[in-house]
Amino acid sequence: MTSRIERPLSPHLQVYRWTLTMAMSVLHRATGAALYAGTILMAWGLLAAAAGPTGFATFKAFIGSWFGLLVLFGYTWALVYHLLSGIRHLIWDLGYGFGAQERFALSRLAAIGSVVLTLAIWVVGFAVGGVR
Amino acid sequence: MSKASGHMRTDLGKVRFRGAAGSGTAHFWQQRVTAVGIGLLAIPVLVIIVMLLGRNHAATVQILGAPLVAILMALFVIASAWHMKLGMQVIIEDYVHNEKLKLAAILANQFFSFAVGVVSLYAILKLTSGV
Ligand code: HEM
Repeated sequence: MTSRIERPLSPHLQVYRWTLTMAMSVLHRATGAALYAGTILMAWGLLAAAAGPTGFATFKAFIGSWFGLLVLFGYTWALVYHLLSGIRHLIWDLGYGFGAQERFALSRLAAIGSVVLTLAIWVVGFAVGGVR
Repeated sequence: MSKASGHMRTDLGKVRFRGAAGSGTAHFWQQRVTAVGIGLLAIPVLVIIVMLLGRNHAATVQILGAPLVAILMALFVIASAWHMKLGMQVIIEDYVHNEKLKLAAILANQFFSFAVGVVSLYAILKLTSGV
């Protein structure tokens, strides 16, 4: 193997002024990684339910605790945020929305929309079923 | 690469359309296809999860075992397992620069994501036949 040549590196994250689109990009990656963990949690929950009442009780004790509910609420927001932010990516993939104004509007829509939609899902979830 | 391989294909012909990962745009495309799939399923799945909160075991099994719910959940975990494998691989390729470590991480990610998908699918199938 040939040894690596030390070439000059381009400036990285820390030298740029933070912008909304940049923060959104970092958050898209962060929520993607968080959802990875969330999918594992979902596998545990499904397996616990399939295992029977005893296994399920352990899972329920966790997910029903304040910490578990917080994690689940966080998972909901992460998925909704990543979804809306992802739709932004798909719009860009199709070649639209690259103007300065459009990029900003799309990003703001996704950021605000994620909070609104997350709350709506929890309200609907509780209205249709949920703890009583 | 090899000079006298006996083939007429030029070096350029071999790499054309394949890019740095050696697999062309397949990864990119599959990430998009799975994203759209999960995107269609995400809201219903989230509502189902919130609906399950606070229910006892029997009620949970009854809801998760219902045909429509089980099918939605199964599609969701399959698409998620595939999408998260692809996504995490990109993150690994960005941050892990040691070739051997990178290979190990990519394999671990692949196997782990696949296992998460299979475990979830197994549980869903078991739930549909009553626990
Ligand atoms: C369980 C659900 C999901 C998980 C575990 C997940 C995970 C991930 C991960 C780990 C990445 C890599 C992030 C990066 O490269 O920075 C990623 C990328 C991506 N995700 Fe998801 N994701 C999920 C749902 C979705 C949904 C619903 C969409 C809908 C549009 C979506 C769209 C995308 C797109 C477009 C990318 C590529 C971004 C890019 O090229 O920079 N994902 N996802």
